[in-house]
Amino acid sequence: MPSSEQLAQLILSGITQGSIYALIALGFVTIYNVTGVINFSQGEFAVIGAFVAITLSQKVLLWHGQMTASLEWPLPVAALIGVATAVLIGALLYRLGIQPSRNASPLSQIVVTIGASIALRGLVLLVWGTDPYRLTPFTEGPPFNLFGAILTRQSVWVMGLTGVFVVSLFLFFKYTLIGKALRASSANPGAARLMGINPQQMGLIAFALSAGLSALAGIVVSPVTFTTFDRGLMLSLKGFVAMIMGGLTDPVGAVVGGLILGVVESLAAGLISSGYRDAFTFAILVIVLLFRLGGFIKGRKGEALERAGL
Amino acid sequence: MKNKLNILISVVAVFGLLLAACATPTTEAPKPTAAPAQPTAVPATKAPEPTKAPEPTKPPEPYVIGVFLSSTGPASSLGLPEVDTVNMMAEQFNKAGGIKGPDGKMHELVVKMYDDQSDPTKAVEAVKKIVESDKAVVIVGGTTSGASIAVNETVTKAKIPFISVASSSAIVTKADGTQHEWVFKTPQQNLPVAQVQIDWLKAKGFTKIASVGVNDAFGKDSMGAMKKAAGDANIKLVWEGTFEPKTTDFSAQITAIKAAAPEAVIVHAVPAEGAPFTVQYRDLGLTAPLVHNHGIGNQAFINTAKAAANNVLFPIGKILVIDQLAANDPQKPVINKYIADYTAKFNKAPSSFGGHAWDAMIMVKMALEAVGPDSARIRDFLETKIVKFIGISGVFTIDAKDHTGIGKESLVLVQIKDGKWVYVDPKDYAKAP
Repeated sequence: MPSSEQLAQLILSGITQGSIYALIALGFVTIYNVTGVINFSQGEFAVIGAFVAITLSQKVLLWHGQMTASLEWPLPVAALIGVATAVLIGALLYRLGIQPSRNASPLSQIVVTIGASIALRGLVLLVWGTDPYRLTPFTEGPPFNLFGAILTRQSVWVMGLTGVFVVSLFLFFKYTLIGKALRASSANPGAARLMGINPQQMGLIAFALSAGLSALAGIVVSPVTFTTFDRGLMLSLKGFVAMIMGGLTDPVGAVVGGLILGVVESLAAGLISSGYRDAFTFAILVIVLLFRLGGFIKGRKGEALERAGL
Repeated sequence: MKNKLNILISVVAVFGLLLAACATPTTEAPKPTAAPAQPTAVPATKAPEPTKAPEPTKPPEPYVIGVFLSSTGPASSLGLPEVDTVNMMAEQFNKAGGIKGPDGKMHELVVKMYDDQSDPTKAVEAVKKIVESDKAVVIVGGTTSGASIAVNETVTKAKIPFISVASSSAIVTKADGTQHEWVFKTPQQNLPVAQVQIDWLKAKGFTKIASVGVNDAFGKDSMGAMKKAAGDANIKLVWEGTFEPKTTDFSAQITAIKAAAPEAVIVHAVPAEGAPFTVQYRDLGLTAPLVHNHGIGNQAFINTAKAAANNVLFPIGKILVIDQLAANDPQKPVINKYIADYTAKFNKAPSSFGGHAWDAMIMVKMALEAVGPDSARIRDFLETKIVKFIGISGVFTIDAKDHTGIGKESLVLVQIKDGKWVYVDPKDYAKAP
């Protein structure tokens, strides 16, 4: 039987991981609400943001050892540029991939994002190779002891910053003009257009915003779980599962779903078998799809869900 | 207008990508950098692609050998030094005119090199190609135990001798204990490595250990060896578990290890998983000493784990600490020459894995010189004529009962201190780390 300390440790690790899934899922939901596209390259932005920040803040070998980057800029600067790079690539993805195909079916657009994720992953592999890298932890110092479990300082950063990002995003949507325009576009694209809101501009902003969010997630979790070139795929899929758990269109549901997913996954890996960690995630996906398509949170079903015909 | 802009941006983006891909020059040595020893500069190829030595311009016919190693994938930090070593040695041999066959003539050595991408399935494909279209007379390779085991059937059916550079005993040993006829290997088995770890545990007086490893052929074989060696020494395994390849989150395993409270933790992995595990182990505040196996014998482990690598112990061949060993060690001249050649050509220190490839290539050269391009006779040569051969991994004596040829005597215990490898004398085991 697991001791209470073991349980506490597993739950804390789960919340740390779950925070990242929550941020990725938020990105999914934002893009889906505004453009109707499920962007499967969300996870790649996390990886790109983290790798750019790592390259700028440490000595790193690139292009299979043919080039060394030893800029070693301060971490906040490197992180900012990492996020900016991801935002740029997200905007380019929208401009080159989604906007031109806006008259195609949503399924075709999803395939475009899948293709983009493969291309981005290949690019990351070319530049950074297969080795794992990590950002240095944001603050040095001994870990904390909570209910007998160890909470590293970086985990505190992960959970704290996730909370900050989520709250900022909600404030953004509720109180800023652009946020309201984004919500208007997702609630009723036709009416929004009549009010002078440009759907293409909104799509661009949604993609850029989500890419930035994912990059922040990738940067903040890199010191905890290392970043490898292929981490993006699993992050995308798990963020997607969290989004489904939350009901596909509900941001609050996505965040809650992400946290729950992280904890369940961690408990399953720790108590049942670590080999089944990923299998468990997809088992949850199947269960949710079969029994509760609207997600676990009753009564929260967005208009876009009906638009999607689900 | 918008459409033209889209097309222009798309074209520029695609063009840029193409330029980036084509601009990766196929250089053999990286630009000199001040960076410490790192995995090498061989560009990654996504699909198996042969590289050819220059075309022979005259008879006699070249000797063709097939090589498959992991230049990409999680085992690339092991495979790249092996690839570099093979290329370096082929170049050395051919610069001297080639290999002198039993007919007295100099034959060029042609190496057909493939990348198995750390994937046993691709390894089998590569070996099938080597056997069927390249018509190689001997095969070297198999960076990972999984790949080496997977190609066994193919090389046995084709009756082509294969020298593996991986460590699992299952590569050469059948279930009944006899050796696979056509397969040899140069790294030490995992059992002698476990025995060195047990010697250290006994010196420390530890009786409770945890054993954690990667869930593939290498990890499982190594864990099995530790289980056996611990059982023989009356040391209790209070916890045993695995993690999947490419995992980077070990909170589940580390949490369980903490609850089991072992006196030491034995880790069976290569740097791709071993380094993140070590970092997270230290982060989560566990203090029991960490002992790895010979899967981390390269700089990549120290580069990834950084400060967490401090005080990690692991048994390994002598190459990493050769300058700290006795002056009359018979392996010193051989190892020092390899280190000098490798460092001069690639501008970084070699690893134990490159050493395994060196041993295999020299054995191939000896065989070709003695019996020429005859697979069956090469196999017989390898089985009977490698006696007290001073190599880099150890002093080899191969016979029909033992296709590896080296054991515990070829290993030393090394401690990582401040990013450097430090030799631990057996009489100092109780004091380390």
